[in-house]
Amino acid sequence: MTKPLNTNVVPTGLVSSKAKLRMNIILLVVIGLYIFSSAMTNSSILRFDADFFKNVWMMFVQLFPPNWGYSNVVMDKLLETIKMALIATTIAGILCIPFSLLAANNIVHNKFLYNVTKMFLNIMRTIPELILAVVFVGLFGIGVFPGILALIIFSLGILAKLISETIESIDMNPLEAIRASGGNTLQVIWYAVVPQVLPQFVSFTLYVFEINVRASVVLGFVGAGGIGLILRQQINFLSYQNVSTIIVITFVVVVIIDYISNKLRGRLV
Amino acid sequence: MNMHVPPKPKKSPIKVVRNIAISIGLIALYVWAFATIEIPWGRIFSERTITNFDRVIPKLFSPDFTFAEKVMEYMMETLFIAFTGSFMAAILAIPFGFFAASNINRNPFLNTLGKWILNADRTFPEILLALIFVVAIGPGAFAGVLAIAIHSVGMLGKLYSEVIESIDMNVVEAMEANGANKIQTFFYGIMPQVIPEFMSYAIYRFEIDVRASTILGIIGAGGIGTLLVISSRNRNWDEVGMILLVIIIFVSIIDYFSTAIRKRIV
Repeated sequence: MTKPLNTNVVPTGLVSSKAKLRMNIILLVVIGLYIFSSAMTNSSILRFDADFFKNVWMMFVQLFPPNWGYSNVVMDKLLETIKMALIATTIAGILCIPFSLLAANNIVHNKFLYNVTKMFLNIMRTIPELILAVVFVGLFGIGVFPGILALIIFSLGILAKLISETIESIDMNPLEAIRASGGNTLQVIWYAVVPQVLPQFVSFTLYVFEINVRASVVLGFVGAGGIGLILRQQINFLSYQNVSTIIVITFVVVVIIDYISNKLRGRLV
Repeated sequence: MNMHVPPKPKKSPIKVVRNIAISIGLIALYVWAFATIEIPWGRIFSERTITNFDRVIPKLFSPDFTFAEKVMEYMMETLFIAFTGSFMAAILAIPFGFFAASNINRNPFLNTLGKWILNADRTFPEILLALIFVVAIGPGAFAGVLAIAIHSVGMLGKLYSEVIESIDMNVVEAMEANGANKIQTFFYGIMPQVIPEFMSYAIYRFEIDVRASTILGIIGAGGIGTLLVISSRNRNWDEVGMILLVIIIFVSIIDYFSTAIRKRIV
């Protein structure tokens, strides 16, 4: 028989009171921070008054109906955007190979080189692509070229990180086997590393392509080519029906690209 | 001993044709992209670019530290925008997450609708939302907060719904069998299972939002981007260098802490 339960001691809850206290303090701090930051950004709940909804609704109404006559111009610029993303992704895909090998600790045993590459990639990922675009536009003047450069650097950081993680998780036995039978470094990489990471490499590149298409939509705001340019123009001209044409078409194309890329990635990995 | 390499298995003709078709398609895509993109190479490789480089690069790498105070002020605003936006999104995403989770919302039509709403929301860049809000309610940090909040709901809602779909439903069933009502099962059966993951994702999203809100100022929605636009228009590249430095430092610190906290939560 089991011992009868001591009915005098009834636990008050699943969580100890100390943990509860800590949780409550954290919660209070987070909420306090929220109230403070919403005061600093002037975005308290009181801002959601009738005036607010009236303004947003007015804006919304002006967007309709979309001006389909404008869609030729939109398609032109949208194709430019896609081209930018495609070129940038391809170049970043090629450039990321040495970086991702250098940032994988099972390939590069030199601690210093490994850490420097990692840090470099981390820094590249912290700079938003639009800010890169601003700098490159300052260097090269307006056009698609600074946009492509910004996308390359931005996607290089993401791709190299993702792929170096894949390389770090590969099966090391084939590498050893090839080395033991006399293969040189290049042969090791080609016959043992590449086949193991290729599907992931393609999948990640497609994923970055998706990100790049979305990112290149806004590059035009700072003069770095693509559809953002006409978007900004039409907003400045207050022709909101053209704006909604741009938004709708871009939206549909981005969704289609995402869908296709997702399907492809699903089959790859 | 026989040293022959075993013969390669034959590929089916359909696969060969398919592979060739894919290759041709890809090559065509690349030819199209590279041939029709208009890059003014003449202008890029010109004297002007070289003088630009001489003028911009050294200044970019010698940031103007007297400017630091102002940059910090705007960086703080950026952080506030990101925090307010992601906090709002973290709360707003909860109902959306439950709506899009197939084990809670059993109606397949409504469930798909919820998933579609979140997908659509994620596809919409926050800077576009910010642009619309700047026009509707005027420039300022509030427009940025709204853009960040609405855009973040898309991703958070999707991640939340995946968390909810993976919970242990036995707990919920047991509670229902014991006669617990909907509210009780929600607070005692579902919430304790999902809260840690929800928090982890919210912190992760805050990390992303900090990066996103640095650019909102470019279109007038507050934050450090405002300063960046002014400095780059005035060609004060040492100021731009300072801004970049501050962004890199802040984003790195936030990434580091957010990763550390998330590791402890889950």
